[in-house]
Amino acid sequence: MSEERSGANILVESLVKQGVEFVFGYPGGAVLPIYDALFGDERLRHILVRHEAGAAHAAEGYARSTGKPGVVLVTSGPGATNAVTGIADAFLDSIPLVVITGQVPTALIGSDAFQEADTVGISRHCTKHNYLVKDPADLAAVVDEAFQIATTGRPGPVLIDIPKDVQIAMATWHDGPAQRRQRYAPRTRGEIEEIEDAVAMIAAARAPVFYTGGGVINSGPQATALLRELQAKTGAPVTSTLMGLGAFPADSRDWLGMLGMHGTYEANMAMNQSDLIICVGARFDDRVTGRLDAFAPNSKKIHIDIDRSSINKTVRVDLPIIGDCAQVLEQILEVWGDRKPQDLTAWKDRIDTWRQKKSLSFPDNRDAIMPQLAIQRLFALTKPMDPIISTEVGQHQMWAAQHFHFFSPNKWLTSGGLGTMGYGLPAAIGAQLGNPNSLVIDIAGDASIQMNIQELGTATQYRLPVKVFILNNEWMGMVRQWQELTYESRYSNSYSDSLPDFVKLAEAYGWKGIRIENESELDAGIQAMIDYPGPVIVDCLVAKESNCFPMIPSGASHTEMILYGDTVAGTMDDEAKALV
Amino acid sequence: MEMMHIKHEAEERHVLTVTVDNEAGILAKIAGLFTARGYNIDSLTVADITENHAVSRITIVTHGPPSQIDQIHAQLERLVPVHKVVDLTEAGPFVQRELALIKVAGAGEKRVEALRIADVFRAKPVDTTTESFIFELTGAPDKIDTFVAIMRELGLVEVGRTGVVGMIRGTKEA
Ligand SMILES: Cc1cc2nc3c(=O)[nH]c(=O)nc-3n(C[C@H](O)[C@H](O)[C@H](O)COP(=O)(O)OP(=O)(O)OC[C@H]3O[C@@H](n4cnc5c(N)ncnc54)[C@H](O)[C@@H]3O)c2cc1C
Ligand SMILES: Cc1ncc(C[n+]2csc(CCOP(=O)(O)OP(=O)(O)O)c2C)c(N)n1
Repeated sequence: MSEERSGANILVESLVKQGVEFVFGYPGGAVLPIYDALFGDERLRHILVRHEAGAAHAAEGYARSTGKPGVVLVTSGPGATNAVTGIADAFLDSIPLVVITGQVPTALIGSDAFQEADTVGISRHCTKHNYLVKDPADLAAVVDEAFQIATTGRPGPVLIDIPKDVQIAMATWHDGPAQRRQRYAPRTRGEIEEIEDAVAMIAAARAPVFYTGGGVINSGPQATALLRELQAKTGAPVTSTLMGLGAFPADSRDWLGMLGMHGTYEANMAMNQSDLIICVGARFDDRVTGRLDAFAPNSKKIHIDIDRSSINKTVRVDLPIIGDCAQVLEQILEVWGDRKPQDLTAWKDRIDTWRQKKSLSFPDNRDAIMPQLAIQRLFALTKPMDPIISTEVGQHQMWAAQHFHFFSPNKWLTSGGLGTMGYGLPAAIGAQLGNPNSLVIDIAGDASIQMNIQELGTATQYRLPVKVFILNNEWMGMVRQWQELTYESRYSNSYSDSLPDFVKLAEAYGWKGIRIENESELDAGIQAMIDYPGPVIVDCLVAKESNCFPMIPSGASHTEMILYGDTVAGTMDDEAKALV
Repeated sequence: MEMMHIKHEAEERHVLTVTVDNEAGILAKIAGLFTARGYNIDSLTVADITENHAVSRITIVTHGPPSQIDQIHAQLERLVPVHKVVDLTEAGPFVQRELALIKVAGAGEKRVEALRIADVFRAKPVDTTTESFIFELTGAPDKIDTFVAIMRELGLVEVGRTGVVGMIRGTKEA
């Protein structure tokens, strides 16, 4: 069947064809035709956010927790620029989004028209690809390609800018599959020689370690299953980046915890002392490697990654394998057959001595709730519900990564690459929509939560029972910690002054508010949060000046880790200060 | 406490050819990639090379540390409209050519000398007045550099250069 339809109509039909359930958006002049096409259409559910950054982060949370692409719809000019932070966030964390922006009519482009911004120009380097559609006849093919690009290869955000006249003008709509040429075909399988080399290297290793990342989550649940299978066959211990938590179960005896700047002692020492690193879908980020010339000096490195530009970007590897985690792991397992690994007893004994350091321990405190303890209790009490956790950015995020434990993928939503404060609340909203029966909790800081606080209204409107658990230390704690460690405690502008009363704020939005002030109230407060059927803010007052350890200061190597109780120098040289 | 200074790494010059879909904004994407990631562009040429204008060939001359050149290659390949990237400098012996227009003004001895040297370089006068010449010169970039350097002493007024286009020698396609 083919018939004449408006561009807006073709767009909506194309989204439906892609199986889109939710569109996270905010209306405005340049998208009115699209909003009109959505009106009364039951096939798509539009979620009205309170700020366009919230739309993009909500779409990210939906995408990360369901494995499906998130869809965003915003107007031209300020609508598009507001969404840019979320788009850039999705770009750095490889989250599949399709973002539709309205644009001024074609004839006015370039004339500084009302609410005109060069959206394609602005988003060029924070999207995987973007389009300006000038003819409604192209829309079906563009949308179809956009979804393919967003979701395959290394996932990422794709933006489609549609001038208002193109939304209104008519073109022929065909019912069948969109007609377009196929130009995007990322490589997904490794070469057989590479796979054989990898197997030989793993079989010969006496001190191997799996270093896994967000790519395992991107690749899908099958990759997680295959990783566990290969681990069981090879016996190698596993560490993960912040982005990969959940791919390997935290209760396994071979789990080392997260590595990197705030990773465990055993994870970082195992990386440093290994003879083979098997990197699966991770990108040797600077938070992970620390000082590059001291990073795992005696190890050979295998790097499985679908994006060739991730390979040898910062760390030179011995065996790159370009491909999808699941497919390459499957290939490795096939070639591995029933081979036996080396005896790893000595290696695991060494790892056990590093574990003895108990690097995640923290001091007792009689006067205030230690933030780490609050996370531990939150974990213990919610574990039976298998919750989805999102975070904001700061110390609370790192404490959550350290003290909350994950057993399956898509349960952990955090802004790793861009480190965007304000990510967690909208991400939790998106995750709750995609997982209506799950307990979804945003672990927040008192400063970050204020960055997208307006989204409380969105949760209220759609009756989403999301929980926000604020570790309220009255500081931008992570900034304060860096100032303590590197600027002799000159706390320049890092105090969270004039904080709102979060309980009253919750109530003002129709949420429940709970305040926890003492350790004796901790479990009951958490339980009350769990038991309440609607949205809840928990304002958990914690020790104000706790630091997040262990920590590898920027520019230091894995062996120069600061643990709790180590004396901490109050200054750093300029080379170290210049690092982020 | 140690003060900080900016360090520099050893650099190489590379000539890359990039085959791309000839779509709106593609040049901005490529040039913008270089600025966004801090890579250098020494020259960039672009023209469509198919009958239906669907595909363009871009030649980029860049310099940087070897690891950066490898990243440039990978980052270019990552762009959706890019079909193929060939690093001619890596691929083997290749021909590179550039066209320049060079305006020289002067009289007497210098004018005669300019003409004589132009002849040696096989530069063609494409405009002549009693006080000036415009020479057209095609060649590898260093040949043009040398010619321009000599003309500087003989009354150079201005130089226009196209930037490099390159191709692998022999039957192989880039
Ligand atoms: C305050 C703060 C502190 C931080 N501290 C730490 C820390 O201590 N430790 C830490 O680890 N991180 C930390 N981070 C996060 C850090 O900045 C990076 O975001 C993170 O390390 C990157 O994770 P990743 O290597 O798994 O890569 P991701 O960003 O998840 O990238 C995934 C990689 O996998 C590849 N890939 C994608 N899909 C596939 C597929 N299907 N198959 C194969 N490959 C694929 C991609 O090409 C890419 O190379 C911190 C962030 C913040 C904000
Ligand atoms: C949008 C944005 N602005 C600034 C920063 C820099 N930054 C990183 S952590 C942090 C403080 C976070 O404070 P809070 O949310 O209270 O968390 P805490 O560290 O106290 O747990 C800041 C300002 C950032 N990551 N994101």
